[in-house]
Amino acid sequence: MKIHEYQAKNLLRNYGVSVPEGYPAFSVEEALEAYDKLNSETVVVKAQIHAGGRGKGGGVELAHSKSEVQKIASKILGMQLVTHQTVPEGKEVQRLLIESGINILTELYAGIVLDRVKKQFVFMVSTEGGVEIEKVASETPEKIIKKWIDPNAGLTREQAVSLGKALDLSGDQIESAADILMALWKVFHDMDCSLLEINPLVVTKENKVMALDAKMNFDSNAIFRHPELKVLRDESEEDSAELEASKHKLNYIKLDGNVGCMVNGAGLAMATMDIIKLHGGEPANFLDVGGVANPETVANGFKITLSDPNVKSILINIFGGIVRCDRVAQGVIDAMETVKVNLPVIVRLEGTNAKKARELLNDSSLDFLVATSLSDAAEKAVSAATGGAS
Amino acid sequence: MSVLVGNDTRLIIQGITGKEGSFHGKQIRDYGTNLVGGVTPGKGGQTALGVPVFNSVQEAKNETDANTSVIFVPPAFAGKAIIEAAEAGINLIICITEGIPTIDMVKVNHVLKNLSTRLIGPNCPGIISPGKAKIGIMPGFIHKPGEIGVISRSGTLTYEAVHQLVAVGLGQSTSVGIGGDPIIGTTFKDMLKLFADDDETIGVVLIGEIGGSAEEEAAQWVLDNRFSKPITAFIAGQTAPPGRRMGHAGAIISGGKGTAKEKIRALKSANIHIAESPADIGNTMLKAIQT
Repeated sequence: MKIHEYQAKNLLRNYGVSVPEGYPAFSVEEALEAYDKLNSETVVVKAQIHAGGRGKGGGVELAHSKSEVQKIASKILGMQLVTHQTVPEGKEVQRLLIESGINILTELYAGIVLDRVKKQFVFMVSTEGGVEIEKVASETPEKIIKKWIDPNAGLTREQAVSLGKALDLSGDQIESAADILMALWKVFHDMDCSLLEINPLVVTKENKVMALDAKMNFDSNAIFRHPELKVLRDESEEDSAELEASKHKLNYIKLDGNVGCMVNGAGLAMATMDIIKLHGGEPANFLDVGGVANPETVANGFKITLSDPNVKSILINIFGGIVRCDRVAQGVIDAMETVKVNLPVIVRLEGTNAKKARELLNDSSLDFLVATSLSDAAEKAVSAATGGAS
Repeated sequence: MSVLVGNDTRLIIQGITGKEGSFHGKQIRDYGTNLVGGVTPGKGGQTALGVPVFNSVQEAKNETDANTSVIFVPPAFAGKAIIEAAEAGINLIICITEGIPTIDMVKVNHVLKNLSTRLIGPNCPGIISPGKAKIGIMPGFIHKPGEIGVISRSGTLTYEAVHQLVAVGLGQSTSVGIGGDPIIGTTFKDMLKLFADDDETIGVVLIGEIGGSAEEEAAQWVLDNRFSKPITAFIAGQTAPPGRRMGHAGAIISGGKGTAKEKIRALKSANIHIAESPADIGNTMLKAIQT
């Protein structure tokens, strides 16, 4: 789960990390009120969307007066902000953060992520702040300094100070940077984050170390122990069909193609997308209906797949293990009777009671294409989507 | 022979009285696996699936001499359940549970580092040595005893692969689902080491997917150790968009890393036979062992 920069900064502030004073604004009026509260000549107007690269896309601007705030806020609110992390048509800006301007001396980087190989969290800092860290990692990896964290001891003072020194800081700056780094680890650990990035972490001309930006993602497996995060979820940032699917405990991701698919199991669902592509088609979605493919889940799966107008055929690929194929087939038949499906439906069932399931499908009055193998299914689905004979 | 599980297995089920534990536990027992007990705190003294239930793993181990445990405990408690089993001296732990918080698994691995216990999973279908023992949620009947080892990050895609192997006449020595989470106990590399030493495994099917670098590490290990048995691999997620979690918590391309393309390149460079299509896993393995 992702949250907005202003929400992340509020959490950081609670943990003693210094961040610029700022207020969220959902309208131009609120932006002006925020300006009045800030008591700072120069402010920054920042678009709040769940994507990086907002500055380059024109979503972050300095304002030097109240009238400039009015002008910039009116321009950014409601704009379709396009960045390298958004969909090509961009994301509509609905929230702003109005923040005091800061006199930046140096821009640094600090971040915590999971190191899957070492099975530990790793704290990374770099003197190369304010640029994409992936770029630094690939071009000048020696400029990223890492410390791996003992999950029980946490980030130690010694480690934090050593990271502070690696940032080319001196004197008091090292200690205040170490304080911030330790606080960052505490937030990360307490809140079950999956990623925490401060880019840039800055040293101000007043010699203060401060988090100028904040990106915070949470481990979706741990949300159950953080009910306080519920209010921070911005559903307008999520695809409506994906949101609807998640309410039915279905795992759906919308893609650009026209062959819809409905599969049990994530690995098989990915493999089904892949085989559609290998047969010259383009998958319209990833959809894992999970272990229990009963009439209700299949019906919900149909509704969600059909909500995408690009879909021209639907491939159902179920490997029955514990779930019996004949039950799944009955589920598909029942679902087709309740949900109006006007597209070709290709069904491939394998595993427990597969033969009985194929008989059920063939005997039903509904118009299925029953596939005999995985390749046959993909071929039929692609051909149906492109209007060819099947 | 088989690896990890077989006729010496003495299994307990953690969470034996729960919905998942009792449902799958029955199938595990009926497959012929040597089930010796179960654990549910507070239900010690009862009987479930015809075996005694204990309050703790330690008690269960003392009374039954169990060496293996399968965990069907809900995600909030599963991390602690793994640590409990490891500290009680269980040799092999198979954790089926999906949805364990990452920090919990980091802590689990920190504990396991200093113990000799092996963990399979979490978020996996388990492990089966056809005809001998089934410890997990996979359908037993689709498997056939034989000489191919299967290692996979997936569930149903593993069944698909096994189905194809059987269709071309290849049985399995052991099939292991290592799990779809970012942090798992046993990796591809670890399993390859075991299959390398198993006389009755003549070839290995490796089913990977996007995210992480476990496939690349396995390829490197194959090169470094001159692993001589033929390996066939399929990587799922060749069409997956970057930055999206494809169902499994670990299946995500992040910062441009963990793509199927990179993995396939690494596997090819280790002379591993790639099945381009998920429909060709069985055929590719057959061809690989015939050459």
